[in-house]
Amino acid sequence: MASKGICDRVAIVGMGCTKFGEHWNRSASDLLVDAVQEAYGSAGIEPDNVDAYWLGTTGSGISGLTLSEPLKIQYKPVTRLENMCATGSEAIRNAAYAVASGAYDLVMAVGVEKLKDSGFSGLTGSAPPGDGTESGMTAPANFSLLAPAYAEKYGVDLETMRDVLTKIAYKNHYNGARNEKAQFQREVPVEKINASPKVAGMLGIMDCSGVSDGSAAAVICRAEDAHKYNDNPIFIKALSFVAGPSEGAKRQDYDFTTFPEVVESARDAYVQAGIEDPREQISMAEVHDCFTPTELVLMEDLGFSPRGQAWKDTMDGRFDLDGDQPVNPDGGLKSFGHPIGASGLRMMYEMWLQLRGEAGERQIADPKVGLTHNLGGAPGRCVSFVSVVGL
Amino acid sequence: MSGIVRYGSYVPFNRIQRSAIGAGRGERAAASYDEDSASMAVEASREALRELPEGAAVDTVAFASTSAPYSEKLNAATLQAATNLPKSVTALDLGGSTRSGLSALLAGIDMASAGRTVLVAASDVVVGAPSGPRESGGGDAAAAFVLSGNGSEPVARLIGRASCTEEVLDVWKSPGMPFAKQWEERFGADVYTPLLVETFGRALADAGVSASDLSKVVLDGTNARVFRGFLRPAGVAPEQILDGLAGTVGRAGSAHAGLVLASALDGASAGDRIAVAVVADGVDVAVFEVTDAIDAGRPKHSVASWVESKRNDLAYTTYLKWREVLPFEPPRRPDPDRPAAPPMQRAERWKFGFLGSRCNRCGNTNLPPQRVCVVCQAVDDSTVEPYADGECRISTYTLDRLAYSLQPPVIGAVVDFDKGGRMLCQLTDVDPDNVGIGDELEMTFRRLYTAGGVHNYFWKARPKR
Repeated sequence: MASKGICDRVAIVGMGCTKFGEHWNRSASDLLVDAVQEAYGSAGIEPDNVDAYWLGTTGSGISGLTLSEPLKIQYKPVTRLENMCATGSEAIRNAAYAVASGAYDLVMAVGVEKLKDSGFSGLTGSAPPGDGTESGMTAPANFSLLAPAYAEKYGVDLETMRDVLTKIAYKNHYNGARNEKAQFQREVPVEKINASPKVAGMLGIMDCSGVSDGSAAAVICRAEDAHKYNDNPIFIKALSFVAGPSEGAKRQDYDFTTFPEVVESARDAYVQAGIEDPREQISMAEVHDCFTPTELVLMEDLGFSPRGQAWKDTMDGRFDLDGDQPVNPDGGLKSFGHPIGASGLRMMYEMWLQLRGEAGERQIADPKVGLTHNLGGAPGRCVSFVSVVGL
Repeated sequence: MSGIVRYGSYVPFNRIQRSAIGAGRGERAAASYDEDSASMAVEASREALRELPEGAAVDTVAFASTSAPYSEKLNAATLQAATNLPKSVTALDLGGSTRSGLSALLAGIDMASAGRTVLVAASDVVVGAPSGPRESGGGDAAAAFVLSGNGSEPVARLIGRASCTEEVLDVWKSPGMPFAKQWEERFGADVYTPLLVETFGRALADAGVSASDLSKVVLDGTNARVFRGFLRPAGVAPEQILDGLAGTVGRAGSAHAGLVLASALDGASAGDRIAVAVVADGVDVAVFEVTDAIDAGRPKHSVASWVESKRNDLAYTTYLKWREVLPFEPPRRPDPDRPAAPPMQRAERWKFGFLGSRCNRCGNTNLPPQRVCVVCQAVDDSTVEPYADGECRISTYTLDRLAYSLQPPVIGAVVDFDKGGRMLCQLTDVDPDNVGIGDELEMTFRRLYTAGGVHNYFWKARPKR
């Protein structure tokens, strides 16, 4: 079983991304208009040029009307989709496959989420009517299980573990401080991260990604058409998506130090892209740092670090902006914010900027291959997306 | 001859010291925020049902309480489902007076004499008006008895009984009143004491014994003053009176007589005669004779062991919050969803009975039951696997300070069962500062929350008690 992939057959020729944050004065519709207009401009196209749209949102609207209505899209297909926190990436994947199939020539993938209108802390979801037997645990609690499990397995004392998590938060805020579209644009001192109020397990507020509003969009076409729209397109090397059977939540042999779903989606993506050594061949990555220990575990699941070594690589600065393999150069979910449906597209937006040399102060020297990784669910029960993109 | 075949009791883990209320000495038992009279009745019933003698198959369930979670909707059905009793049982709720616990026991014995095998569970969460005597003197607990007249040797036979019913305004609570009220005690004592003496005498006559033949006398009622004038005319010596658990549990409403009777049975020997009297809206008296079967028929937990297993530093404000007497600032989280009737119906054996599945092909256990095995993917090829009494331990855990709870933080644990199977569930009756990987747990039936007037029952894990 393997994906055949569409390596180098599809290109991204324009992108838009709003500032993420607390947009009290902007609705989901406003954010969509902003992101889509920016993407039209980026690709130098008119709305008429776009054949079909994919809109990812988990809770800021249902149906394609969520997009067609505010933008007055003229009687075209708009698919609204949802795949938990990987929703935005799913919009890209489905849109890319649609042009690859030849069914359409030019499409858009759009993501949006308006989280700050609920008045609640953290994420809220609307589950279908249920039997009331769910554990009721929140996302930070579920992901907090990773930290002690990792520390135990690899003999990292909890004080060092705290330092590692703090380093991840510090790094991502450092990067976000150099990004005018990030939700939090200030560096956060280590002491403040360490002392932040506890949310779940070892995790404090400063170990959690930002709850925010935002939208992002990508214009996608077949590779042979790319230069019609843009002199500097980026090319999709791999798109992989995995929904797990939820084994970890039910089987005693799962130890909360890995996401099998991520391992499988990475393996599949690397085959599609012809990547043999991700530690060496991937220039940079945007990964799903919903909580600090998630990023730690992802470094191993994505093959950037050998098992049990990611904490050392993190502390050694390997994943810093000026390190050998920068991770979350735009600030990540941690600092850029996490408006669910938009996040996968925001990750791609940073690849767009970096590969085209437009990342300003954050520009990584001569990146060749970038990776985005997007996760939805919880350890033991999740979906995972990996893309590889390049020039 | 009909009698008690098995019995069980339950005293919740939390106690509040009366000094914290500003009301005298000792402490009272306090149901946790996730308990109610139905969930506590399940816990006591599990004790009573654990090792039924051969041939005893419960066909009738009675639930007695003055604090039933539902005023309309059969609480005994919750009891039936959570103890995996057959659906063919006759089930009934009783209440209306704290005498209903003993009345239900007597009615159950009558049914047993007619050939039925009856589970009677009495349970109460006693909430008094703040600073009143009912608040400080009340307690929360449950007791359960399996009654049978055919075949199975009872641990205690009913050898005599008498009743008296009196229309009197002693304790009353009409719909809409938040707390029960009580007329002044001196009046109650004046009315009740002669009734108790007379009824007690009739019960002894029915049993053919004299007061001095009794090993223990259990006295319970709405009004302790009643008993002052009882002993001498009834011919009962003070040392025959069993400790009424006032200093450790408090008067647990309709469950109280059963709870104290259970403690009497915990310490009884064959041949002991025990009289139980409850004075509320009249009098019920039952006289039991303990049999040789007592030593084999005791439950896993004695009343004393429940009383000993506790945490007693509950803050008064926390207690009032749990009882919904004190309004409080909710977390900035959505209210929990009201569970829906059809999904609950479909999941009944899991939600109430805590029954998982075991794959017939690979033997793997699945919690909750799965149609497709998580290990070998066999489809619709499994058998029911009971988990309520499964030994289990903490694989890993976390403190969730964000989740909705009346007692934050929620402690979420990955619980692995010794017989196989894993589930993510909440811990309860646990000190967040004193929990660790590998800790042994046991399952307990709880009310997770109430939404839209619907009580959401499910199982949690607790450290072994």
